[in-house]
Amino acid sequence: MTGTIAFRRKAVDRIMKWAFTLCAFLVVLPLFLIFFDLVIKGARELRWTLVVDLPHPVGEPGGGIANGILGTVVITLLTMTWSVPVAVMSGIYLAEYGRGKLASAVRFAVDTLTGVPSIIMGIFAYILLVLPMKRFSAWAGAAALSMIFIPVVVRTTEDMLRTVPTTVREAALALGIARWKATLRITVRTAWPGILTGILLAMSRIIGETAPLLFTALGNQFFQTKLDQPMAAVPLQVFTYAISPYEDWHDKAWAGALVLITMVLLINIAARVLTREKR
Amino acid sequence: MDLAFEKASAFFASVVLFLAVLLFAVLLRESLPALRKFGASFLVTGTWDPVLEQFGALPFLYGTVVSSFLALLIAVPLSVGAAIFINEFAPPWLKAPVSLLAELLAAIPSVIYGLWGIFVLVPILRDGFMKPLTKYLGWIPLFKGPVYGPSMLAAGVLLSIMIIPFILSVSREVLATVPQRQKEAVLSLGGTRWEMIRIVIGQHCLPGIFGATILGLGRALGETMAVTMVIGNRPEIFASLFQQGYSMAAVIANEFAEAGGLQLSSLILIGLLLMLVTFVVNLAAKGILSKMVARASRGI
Amino acid sequence: MANVFEIHDLSGWFGENQVLKKIRMDIARNSVTSVMGPSGCGKSTFIRCLNRMHDMTPGFRMSGRILLDGVDIHSERIDPVILRRRVGMVFQQPNPFPRMSVSENVAVGIKLNGKKLSRAEIGETVERSLTMAALWDEVKDHLDQPGISLSGGQQQRLCIARALAVQPEVLLMDEPCSALDPMSTSKIEELIEDLSEKYTIAVVTHNMQQAARISDQVAFFLMGELIEMDKSGKIFTNPSDKRTEQYITGRFG
Repeated sequence: MTGTIAFRRKAVDRIMKWAFTLCAFLVVLPLFLIFFDLVIKGARELRWTLVVDLPHPVGEPGGGIANGILGTVVITLLTMTWSVPVAVMSGIYLAEYGRGKLASAVRFAVDTLTGVPSIIMGIFAYILLVLPMKRFSAWAGAAALSMIFIPVVVRTTEDMLRTVPTTVREAALALGIARWKATLRITVRTAWPGILTGILLAMSRIIGETAPLLFTALGNQFFQTKLDQPMAAVPLQVFTYAISPYEDWHDKAWAGALVLITMVLLINIAARVLTREKR
Repeated sequence: MDLAFEKASAFFASVVLFLAVLLFAVLLRESLPALRKFGASFLVTGTWDPVLEQFGALPFLYGTVVSSFLALLIAVPLSVGAAIFINEFAPPWLKAPVSLLAELLAAIPSVIYGLWGIFVLVPILRDGFMKPLTKYLGWIPLFKGPVYGPSMLAAGVLLSIMIIPFILSVSREVLATVPQRQKEAVLSLGGTRWEMIRIVIGQHCLPGIFGATILGLGRALGETMAVTMVIGNRPEIFASLFQQGYSMAAVIANEFAEAGGLQLSSLILIGLLLMLVTFVVNLAAKGILSKMVARASRGI
Repeated sequence: MANVFEIHDLSGWFGENQVLKKIRMDIARNSVTSVMGPSGCGKSTFIRCLNRMHDMTPGFRMSGRILLDGVDIHSERIDPVILRRRVGMVFQQPNPFPRMSVSENVAVGIKLNGKKLSRAEIGETVERSLTMAALWDEVKDHLDQPGISLSGGQQQRLCIARALAVQPEVLLMDEPCSALDPMSTSKIEELIEDLSEKYTIAVVTHNMQQAARISDQVAFFLMGELIEMDKSGKIFTNPSDKRTEQYITGRFG
């Protein structure tokens, strides 16, 4: 092999290495740009009033997204009230009893649902709740979000339960503990940090969802805690402010986005801290 | 009591199954009016007129497909390149932070991407890329002006940023299935790093990377908020990437709340189509990827 | 009753594959019985029949009768859950429950038993069981540590304590020392001797010397059949069956 060929090959190798490095750089760059903008632009509007005030009419300075924060909290908790038991029990079924046709069908359904765009879930809730009730409501918003939440948590619950070694289950049964007790109090308990992490990550996801709420919870200018009425939510407010033609509302959009990403990240971090602790 | 618990958990699981079936059923039922009136022409007609009650989904199909493929065009090379970087070139201390950052990208809500898209990405693209390009290459249909900012290109770029984390993480897994001994074989014969990558990984990972691509496609197709905020929301078809467009998810997002009658049914039909398309795409992705996993576990 | 277990013509199948062939055996009260044989001879499968662990194994079928204190363990009178409290089991790999402390591990059997016990009673039982398992002194100041933070030998004794806490009559041990170092092994062998005063013990082992050391009776299994069962002294010095002799002299194993 002559020196020139070796040199060329080495050169190509060098170039490709830098190409790959560039790719990695370009991939993480947007993250920094977005966070930078969120912090800088969002911080401009960041005052106490942001999180305790209602939105003001256009042109009037000040105002906040307090109703959105409350609304997000209410809708999220409402969603989780029924979604967590349904999803965890289904996960338990799939992991502990899931060998037959029903289990295969459920797994297929769950896999399908996780791939469905979130706006479709909004349509679902609209047809089932908004149309018959003849109004937009927090119920409908929660229904749409639960269709996103449940499949994700069924999957993570089943996966986490499967990581529990068979010997744990055997040891529990060999002690003369009834199977259902062994499943709940020992198997599920063993897998619990992982299951909880799955729940928290799903929760952080639905907090950030906008599309399913667009025509279910709809949004609201005021504080509103009645579940059968339209309700505000932070992502909806960010959207409304962002696409509005008013400059000061654009600023509010950034502030709202900062609040939103903070909520999402806090829960994300909490979820990760939990798994690490229990290693 | 054991039986009761088993039956209870089976009940909950059946509820989930029931919801999935119900989803499909109600969407189908509500889209029937539009389906009956327009039939297959729904897919190829471009009119969207609530007054005349003429609805055709072509512009939205076009927009969804074009923006998604554009996103793939950008995202796949970058994701695969970054995956190769992380797995093959990154010093150990860099691996974890870079993957964490990529994961964080996946956690950012769509509406925040949209916000950033409107106020940061679109101006940059418009002033730094589209306007200059139109000036000099505007005779090419792909780059024809006038340039306002919100465009198919903006949607494609924004979408690509959003799907990168998914393609990246799957690509990394695929890359990790390459047996160490094959890599070592090439290196020990005097091959350079790049040659090893090209030969071994190229040979081994293409199906898996393809699967990752399809998975990314599935995500891009369903993306709503970010797209509607930067695509311009204009139900027309243009050859130029610098022109505005519309997507299936975006039109639903914008018009659904106030729609009724045939328009509502048409929107729901679009939703049904979207669901079917993403279903098929995701199925294909899973099929390809599970074959990859099977091959890897057999040590091929 | 002199015999705790009476096994009549026990046969077992995994699908089409017969793994136990008409086993006939009696296990005397307060004895230590070793079940030995080469890999795959069915000894673990056999011992798991005695506490109906195979109820959980799909595809396993058995015929024959197993009598515990004269009652067929598969009859309707016997609740398998209660059966497993009377017949405890210790496994090959020590398996303390991962997210529980030492004391929680020992107490879990009695806590989840339906009986309401006071804190004091639970504490007493934990101490008693750990003492019987020769582990109390080593862990009494560390009762809240995670069970899995103990050494291998300690974990296995923890599992023994856990099994003892529900006050069984019989203790089944499936190769309890095979994952342990020699020091821990001899500690557990001593323990088995002590426990046999109160409990009936059946130990599956592939270690002939261990069988010779600890047991009163030895049962030799080969390919699903019980070839020979006798006092341990006799089996090792003057076995009746040729195959037993071949096994103990190392012709196969």
